[in-house]
Amino acid sequence: MDVASETSAEMYRRMFRSRSFELAAIEKLKTGEIPGALHTSVGQEASIVGSCMALRDDDYMVGNHRSHGHPIGKGARTDRLFAELMGKVTGINSGMGGSMHLSDFSVGSLGETSIVGSGLPVAAGAALGSKLQGNDRVTLCFFGDGASNEGTFHESLNLAAVWVLPVVFVCENNGYGELSAASVMVSVPDVSMRAAGYGIPGATVDGQDVIAVYEAVAEAVARARRGEGPSLVETKTYRFHDHAFGLPSPVYRDQAEVDEWQKRDPVTLFRARLIADGVLDEAGVTQIEDDVAAEIAAAVAFAQSSPYPSLDAAFDHVYTNPIPIRH
Amino acid sequence: MPAVSYLQAVHDAMQEEMRRDDRVFIMGEDVGFNMLGATGGFLDEFGAERVRNTPITEAGFTGAAAGAAMVGMRPVVDLMLSSFMYVAMDQIISIISKSTYLYGGQASLPLTIRASMFYGGSNAAQHSDRPLALFMASPGLKIVAPSTPYDAKGLIKAAIREDDPVIVFEDGTLWTSTGEVPDGDYVVPLGQADVKREGSNVTVVAISGAVQAALAAADRLAADGVSVEVVDPRSLVPLDYATILASVEKTGHLVVADPSHRTCSPAGEIAATVAEDGFWSLQAPIVRVTVPDTHIPFSPPLEQQLYPSADRIAEAVRQTLK
Repeated sequence: MDVASETSAEMYRRMFRSRSFELAAIEKLKTGEIPGALHTSVGQEASIVGSCMALRDDDYMVGNHRSHGHPIGKGARTDRLFAELMGKVTGINSGMGGSMHLSDFSVGSLGETSIVGSGLPVAAGAALGSKLQGNDRVTLCFFGDGASNEGTFHESLNLAAVWVLPVVFVCENNGYGELSAASVMVSVPDVSMRAAGYGIPGATVDGQDVIAVYEAVAEAVARARRGEGPSLVETKTYRFHDHAFGLPSPVYRDQAEVDEWQKRDPVTLFRARLIADGVLDEAGVTQIEDDVAAEIAAAVAFAQSSPYPSLDAAFDHVYTNPIPIRH
Repeated sequence: MPAVSYLQAVHDAMQEEMRRDDRVFIMGEDVGFNMLGATGGFLDEFGAERVRNTPITEAGFTGAAAGAAMVGMRPVVDLMLSSFMYVAMDQIISIISKSTYLYGGQASLPLTIRASMFYGGSNAAQHSDRPLALFMASPGLKIVAPSTPYDAKGLIKAAIREDDPVIVFEDGTLWTSTGEVPDGDYVVPLGQADVKREGSNVTVVAISGAVQAALAAADRLAADGVSVEVVDPRSLVPLDYATILASVEKTGHLVVADPSHRTCSPAGEIAATVAEDGFWSLQAPIVRVTVPDTHIPFSPPLEQQLYPSADRIAEAVRQTLK
């Protein structure tokens, strides 16, 4: 790999941070401290972090309902994200959005949308904004195999193609849209094949290999930044957990399949590779893990000790320029 | 003051705002070709980057307006006919109306959606909607429905300058109507009703295309010695209830005329609010003049009888004065 050591170490840090954040969140959902449902992306960290690390700090990113790790990949702090999961006033969205709508506009994370496929037009529009403003920012949009069947996927790829917008569409194909298998619901074996329908580049990469993801997305980002338009990158990955904690989950996949994929845990794979390639030694990796563990523990404590918003806060931010709310 | 058409006023409002602020741009189906007459000369003056013909992809470009607004642009989306809003419904409701709230105020969406209520011209049920109430029911949107060229220009300029999403429901039946519009810059602030005609016996709150019918009814009733006050809310979100309640306090009678379907219409909301907050001012039951809860038929004589007309409004006024 020719990715700088520093970048590789930071990739591992963010992957481990995303994993630790979500494992802590599952724990707090089970204790009742996190309300609602929790759609985790454990198993998809290479796809998330490899994509985000291919962006500049001032680039934009749009996530979806399964996007705890995505703002983390973009560089967001975890304390306000965790407080958001708990619905606390210190949450990044002031407790108004929760698990499916994390964001951090300060790092270019333009929010996550929980209606499948609804973020793609928004990402195309952010890219249009950059184009009209004459800057060279790129927007990256995450979505899943399920969203690739939504009309907005097709509308957004076409719109971005005909307007030559600086946007990279990253399909995290984790094999399932809710409970239904992509192999049954998607008409083509690779979502990236759909790029041909819009005359844009499409690539499929191993979503458990963070470097492969990084390289493919970096190429698409570079193309977008040169003003050559959008690309579609599909990462073949896997959702280690069920659709969501806190929702019913009938049996829909074989345990043998889950076991097989778990042998290719992206965090474990990259850890071993960093050591094998001499980027970090065991002590160096452990240091990152210890640092992240302490950070997540502090983030959880911060969230736990934060108050809930006042009842009046339910009526804030309905508008930027407020009007009287009718009660 | 020069008299200009409603559609010309819409054109002038957008042109002035595009000259004033280079963050403002327009996109929609065939806007560069001046398809419906509001964007004549724009392509030449502002170029194809700021006057963007879109593919026929309403969800795509409406959602794109949200994204562009989030990063600092001020898009004007021309959805042409309000019936086409349904194709973009998820983007309008789930993204545009909710993003400021969902993200705790981190996002502002200063965008304008133009959508005409294209009724009265034998375009049948799928092209003739007046879906004011559907969008009033979602917090996070501001909504205006101008009834005169003066209001159209002033409200659209205010909408474009607003830091929130604003839907401008133009009334297609009024596009060719003319009225006085002053030269130079002005805005009509959102949330201010206008008393279009003063009177003392009955308040008629009239919305959009019903305003002209209400004024015609008022002329006719004046000959019979009935003094009608016509209040045009102009802005439906926020809605200036203070002006309406003050008028009802004066007249003691209320008729609400609205080109929407009757059930859950703006007229219903206004009537309910006056019944709650102005009950002791009322000397008689409120009467609504709306479109019956049927679809809009293609056949002209059938269609024309459905909308609030001067006849129907005058009859409603007489009913409330009985």
